[in-house]
Formats: sequence, C-alpha cells, structure tokens
Amino acid sequence: MTYQRNQQNVTLANVSRRRLLKGVAGTGVFVLAAQFPAVRSAMAYATGAEKMPHGVVTNPHIFVSIGKDGIVTIVAHRAEMGNGAARTSLPMIVADELDADWARVRVVQSPGDEETYGNQDTDGSRSVRHFIQPMRQVGAGARQMLETAAAKRWGVNVNEVQARLHEVVHTPSGKKLGYGDLAADAAALPAPALDTLRLKQPSAFRYIGKGNVMIVDLFDITTGKATYGQDVMLPGLMFAVVARPPVVQGKVASYDASATMKVPGVVKVVAIDGTPPPAAFAPLGGIAVIAKSTWAALKGREALKIVWDDGPNASFDSVSYKAMLEEAVRKPGKLERNEGDVDAALGSAAKVITAEYYSPHLAHATMEPPAATARMTNGKLEIWTSVQSPGGARDDVAKRLGLDAKNVTLHCTLLGGGFGRKSKWDFAIEAALLTKAMDGAPVKVVWTREDDIQHGFYHTVTAERIEAGLDKDNKVVAWRHRSAAPSLFANFMPDPKYPQFIELGMGFVDTPFNVPNIRLESGEAQSHVRVGWFRSVNNVAHAWAIQSFVAEIANQLGRDPKDFLLELIGPARIVAAPEKATTPWWDYGEPYDVYPVDTGRLRKVTELVAEKANWGRKLPPGHGLGIAAHRSFVSYIATVVEVAVDAKGNLSVPRVDTAIDCGFYVNPERIRSQIEGAAVMGLSLAKYGEITLKNGRVEQSNFNDYPVVRHDESPTVTNTHIVENSIDVPSSGVGEPGVPPFTPALCNAIFAATGKRIRRLPIGGQLA
Amino acid sequence: MVNVHVNGKEQTFDGDPSMPLLWYLRDELGLTGTKFGCGVALCGACTVHLNGEAIRSCGIAMSDVAGKSVVTIEGLDPKGEHPVQVAWRNISVPQCGYCQAGQIMQAAALLAHSPAPTDKQIDDAMFGNICRCGCYQRIHTAVRAASKGA
Repeated sequence: MTYQRNQQNVTLANVSRRRLLKGVAGTGVFVLAAQFPAVRSAMAYATGAEKMPHGVVTNPHIFVSIGKDGIVTIVAHRAEMGNGAARTSLPMIVADELDADWARVRVVQSPGDEETYGNQDTDGSRSVRHFIQPMRQVGAGARQMLETAAAKRWGVNVNEVQARLHEVVHTPSGKKLGYGDLAADAAALPAPALDTLRLKQPSAFRYIGKGNVMIVDLFDITTGKATYGQDVMLPGLMFAVVARPPVVQGKVASYDASATMKVPGVVKVVAIDGTPPPAAFAPLGGIAVIAKSTWAALKGREALKIVWDDGPNASFDSVSYKAMLEEAVRKPGKLERNEGDVDAALGSAAKVITAEYYSPHLAHATMEPPAATARMTNGKLEIWTSVQSPGGARDDVAKRLGLDAKNVTLHCTLLGGGFGRKSKWDFAIEAALLTKAMDGAPVKVVWTREDDIQHGFYHTVTAERIEAGLDKDNKVVAWRHRSAAPSLFANFMPDPKYPQFIELGMGFVDTPFNVPNIRLESGEAQSHVRVGWFRSVNNVAHAWAIQSFVAEIANQLGRDPKDFLLELIGPARIVAAPEKATTPWWDYGEPYDVYPVDTGRLRKVTELVAEKANWGRKLPPGHGLGIAAHRSFVSYIATVVEVAVDAKGNLSVPRVDTAIDCGFYVNPERIRSQIEGAAVMGLSLAKYGEITLKNGRVEQSNFNDYPVVRHDESPTVTNTHIVENSIDVPSSGVGEPGVPPFTPALCNAIFAATGKRIRRLPIGGQLA
Repeated sequence: MVNVHVNGKEQTFDGDPSMPLLWYLRDELGLTGTKFGCGVALCGACTVHLNGEAIRSCGIAMSDVAGKSVVTIEGLDPKGEHPVQVAWRNISVPQCGYCQAGQIMQAAALLAHSPAPTDKQIDDAMFGNICRCGCYQRIHTAVRAASKGA
C-alpha cells in the first residue's frame, strides 16, 4: 500500500495554545504524552464542529496510546447510545488512518472533559459529520509518529519507511518493526503539524466504508457485561429514588417522612430544591429517599406523604391546548419566510386545497431509564452516568455544587438508548446533590419507568395547517404553511412563545419546493411542560404534515404521488433560501455553502427508493404503498412503506425501503441498523405515541398506557439503499434522518390501502 | 430466609421476602446483566430463567423463588457461546444493547422448548421483550439462525 499526500490542502490554523495533557492508558502502556500544540485545524471542508463548545481536538497524543504488546488503545470521547458512532465508527476511522489491525485495537471511554477532547455533545446526528476529518488526522498523525520513530531507529530517511497493518516496514530492505516495538519512541515525538499529514487515499481504506467492523461492545452486550448508568456498583453504594412534583414548576408544600423512615433499609430522606424557569436541565426537585437497596427506596417513596403546591401549570390540559394550537394556525401568525404574494396567489387560484395535522407530545422511553451514581471524596466529586453530553453535564454539575469543574470527574457509561432524553442531565445533578447530602457516600439515583414517562423533556406537540393554491393547469402556485408548537427554548430563556430558529430550520423554513409563492408562519404556543429534543425533533411533525399533504394534493389531482412529489421538488438546484427566510437561517449548525439544500440530491433519493421498491408494484388487496422524502441533519432520505390493513383495521408493515444520501459514508453496517431502527421508532410514534396532560399531570406511566411497537408488529423487512459518494462529499447525519419520512410514507400507504387519511397522530383506533 | 440457586451457586437471602428477584440479583449479587426496564413485567429487559422457564425477574418476589434455580445472562454459558449469543453476534443484532440480555434469555428459553420454531412462535415468544432501538428484524433473524430450523 502506498500513501499519497492528500490533494486537499490542509493548513495549520492555530498553534497558539500549548497545554500539558495526561494520557488515558493503563499500566504497561506507553502513553503518547508530551507538550503539543492544541489544534483547531482547517479541514478539507468546513463544518459546524468549530463552532461547537470546545470545537475539535486532533492531537494523537490525546486519542491514541500503544502498548509494548502492540495493543493500540483509542479514546472514544463521545457518548455511545447505540448508533455505534462514538465507540466504533470514530475509533475505526482513527485505526484506518493509523493502519492498525482492528483485532489489536481497544477502545476506552474518555471522561467528560471537552477542554481536553473537544466537543462531546452527542446529539444532532453530528458524530461522524463533525469528526470524520479530525479522527482521520488523529490516525494519520499517530501513524507518522510511528514511521518517524522507525526511521530514527534504523537511521534511514523517513521516506523509505511505511506503516503497514500494525508494522512499519523499511521498504528497501524489508526490515520490519511492530507498532509495540516503536510505541515508546513514537510517544516521545511531537505530534506532526497538520500540514505535514499524509492522509490515506480512500482506495486504501481497510475499514471506512466497508461495514466489516462489528461494534466494540458486541461481546459484552451479549454476555451481560456491558455497563450502563443503571448498572454502576460501588462499595457501600446506596440507592435513591425521588418523588418529583407531578406538575412542572410545582413544589413540595409539606411532607411527612415518618412512615418512610420505618421502612427497613431506608437510610435518609432528602429534599431537593426545584429551580424557577428557565431551569435548563436542573432537577425538578422533590423528596429523595435513600436506602440500602432500590427496593427499600421504592417502598420508602410509596410511604411518603407529600402535599404538593402545583404552581402555575396546575390546570394545564392537553385537550384544550390542542384546540388553542389549532386556533393559532387558523389565523395569520409570525412571518418566518415569504416569497411572492401568497394571499394574492391563493385568491386567484383555480383551486385551493387545505389540510390540518396534529401530532402530540412524545416521551423518549429509552429502554434504560435515567440513572446516575455519585460519590464525593475530599471535595472531589465522581459521577458515573449515561449522558449524551458528558462534558456539559460535568460542567453543570460542578456549577450546581459550587465546585471547580477540575474537581468533578464524570465517567460516561454506555447509554441504554438516548434519543435526546439523555442530553438533559437532571438525573446527574440529583445524584451529585444526594451524595453531598450523604457526606460523600456513594448514591445511585434510579429513575423508574414511571418517573421517566411522567418527568421527561417531551417531544413538542404541533398543529400544522397547509394551504395550496393550484392554477388552471393544476400546478401548485401558492403554499401557505402555519405551524404552532411550544418551544424547547423555554428551558433556556423566558418562554419565547414561538418556535425558534433551530426548530423552524428543521423541515419548515427549509421547505425545498419549487413554488413561486411561499409563506411560512408560526403560531403562538406557550410552554407548560418541559419540551426537549427527541430524535429528529421538529422534523417529525413538519415532514409528516408536508409529505402527507403532498400526497393529498396528488390524490385530489389523480396524480401518482411519487411523480407529483418530484414535480413539487422541481429541478435539481441549490435552494437559495437563506436570503428569503426572515428568520435567522439555521442549517443544522453547518456552513450553508458546504451543506446547502440540494434538490438534486432529494430527487435522487426519491427516484432511487422508488426504483428499489419497485414503486407501483402490484399488491394484494388491503395493501398500499406510500412514499415520502425529507432532508434533515443535512442528509437526504426517501422512504417507501408498504402496509397491510385487514378488515378490522389491524395495521402491519410487510416492507420498508429507504434510500439515504448521507454524503461520504463511514459505517454502512451501522447505517442500516439506524434505518431499521428509525422505521420501528417511526411506527411506534405513528401507531401509539401520545403523552397527554390533565391538571398539569402526565396521564401515562408505563408501557401499558404508553405503548411502543413490539416484535410481532415490527416491519418485516427494511431495505436500506445507501447512495455512494466520494470522500469529497461531506459526511452528514444518520441517527435521526430516518425517522421523519417514515411516518408520512406510512400514512400515505394507509391512504392507498384504505382511503383513510390520517391527520391526527397517533393512529390509534382510527383504522377500525 | 430464602435459599436460591443463582447460576449454579447456592445463595441465602434474609431480607424483605417481598423484594423482587430483579433487585436481589442487581443490588445484592451485583449481577447487573439483568436489566431494569419497567418494573411491572411489561418490557422483558429483566428476563431470567427460573427452573428453565423465562420469567420477568421484576415480577416475582424472593419468597417465590425459594429452593429454585435461577440462571441469568451471566450464567447462560460459561464462555458466552450459547448458540443464541453466537447468533446475536453473527447477525450484529444490538444497537444500544440494554434490552439484549432479556431478549437473549427469552430466545434461549424458546429454543430449549421449541428447537425449530415457526415465525409465529418466534413472534409470540418474543412479544414481551421491547427493543426501543428497533432491532426486531435482526432479533428475529438471529433466533431463526440459532434454531434447528436454520
């Protein structure tokens, strides 16, 4: 194998910061530790990574250590919640550039520490998108350090040596040294400057793009050895559950813990203060029961007598709130994007088609309910927890306890699902407060399923109204879309009462249709619950409404839904929406010139999925096909769903086809698993997903009244069709984009099968 | 006082006899491979074998396991090479992995009774085990791969 200098011009952007860093490796391992420049490099193409807190770190000393035995240890600095990006795909990128033998690679999890490792906020489908380039640089840098060490050892020019699958070879003589033999010498070298890095040619990749690497935790998961937040055990560990206010912003008026203290095993009862809004991720407050077992803590909590002051949200009610949201979209709202003159175009249209859609709050319901364990020794706090943002959680915990962040160590365990819930670390703060209340003794806070369902940060509730004006030739000439949903920004600022730029940027103001008159408005919606991002966030509601509506128009016109969708998308072009949107344009935090809305790519996945699904294929009676396409997290996805609906209205999904264009792809095996999972999550939210509140209280509590799709109702076959791209096409999101097109494709298929149009989610009994 | 065999080892428990087996396994024995998912036998994450039958350990009290034999994911196979575990790895089933111990224990019990199950039998047996990541198709494929009918 030969390496050639990458044609892309890599330059050194910032070498001004110098810092001494500790390695992460264990005994007997030479840690590549030295003084080095902390690099915020220029990459082949820019991404939003630089603007994330603490940006990116590309230094091999931070991420790679090699033992005398040749074992290469790579640091995973982001949280692993099941998509395989953090602990498999990113280390695999390093290993590939390092030309390491994957069988001799180990992965260790970094603590929460963004100053050292760069941004750790594992959210927004960003891991591969933001870190493919930095991790290639880490791997290439480590490889060149090994080559330099070998050249020095042999007294030859470095141009005569090459790293090749865990060995460095002196090409003229055939002499070889293993990575383990060179580790100590390499560790003493400075990290190569970025402009001296020789990145591999993609044709030389061993792992990237191949799908030949299994997830690193596979054996441990299948043998019960994998450790999640709920599983942390420490000597002398105590277990806590918390009775939280049933209404957001409610408080404890009074409580009596005398019966609780009589429960065998109960050790202590501790009050936790709530935080007035905007409370960000601060705990809700309440009364904690600490005991010698989880069971004793649960019994103790049952025995608490608490009088709640329900506060300002005491009368909040989902039924009346739905009516308010629907009212909000039936009148003019706040202008978010305007092109042409929609009022005039609707007024002179030959035909106007209107539809409204409503989708409710959802709970994440990660299989692992939230949990965190903390202990404090000599003023130093240690936390073990399953959070998506270990660095942010560490800093916020430190702030709440008045500690220097240096005195807080946050160990990030595996996450038993994340989906956005574990981006909010209220449970980690609870654990920290409770160990403090126990003079530092180790305490694990366990959330039950009921706690999880009733005290979440819910996917927002949305009402949508879309009107389309058609001219006499049945061309869409006007598109007015109003959307109302409480904003998650109410966690961070006084309730803005309207969706904000991030929420609007998710499939609303970036509507890619080729229509001359477009007017997008948002409606007023006050926040009464904790709203938080849920996998795909506002894209779920926007894509469902828009892509359902497209199929509704097609049906009224007697057009093929796929052909009509392509016509509405229009010719391949870069959508110049930034100038036309009145809100700040937000493109998933990415520079728009690198990741523009490219209707050619949206067309391509639509055409690809139609071809692969054999769109229009003959189906048995009671079956139907639906199609939808949506860009989110700067990826392009289209889905065809086949449904079968029997005479009783029972819905099944025999087949799903999804085409994804996520730029240059790294781990097709995990892309497929994400797309398969997205179909199941989409089906769950479509069939069942609904959180409702009455008197400010969540009415659901567990999988009996918040059901999710089970084994027998899963799509039988999901085919994933991944668009091939060269490495010049920037990598984009995978974890979230599969969800938004699924639900409208499903509902469009239901319509094709039954003639019933779903305009309110969940589907529930609407097909009966 | 409750005597119970766990993964072949005799254990004695003298705590609250109403404590579910789940919490005994996790909090007292440190066998955290058995997961807490719902606490009310709705999700299957805590599935273990009790005298060879798949049961939800969150839904059975310690007093009801006296004298019985419990096998957890840690005790399914000494090397972790039960055919179901091997199939799970070959098919690359897990995403987050949290539910997988319960899924594997459920599948192992199914195959012990029905070595060559039909699709319907797999559906019926695995119905109680929720996977929120949505690995069901691969779970189904892996159960089939581990079966005699494969």
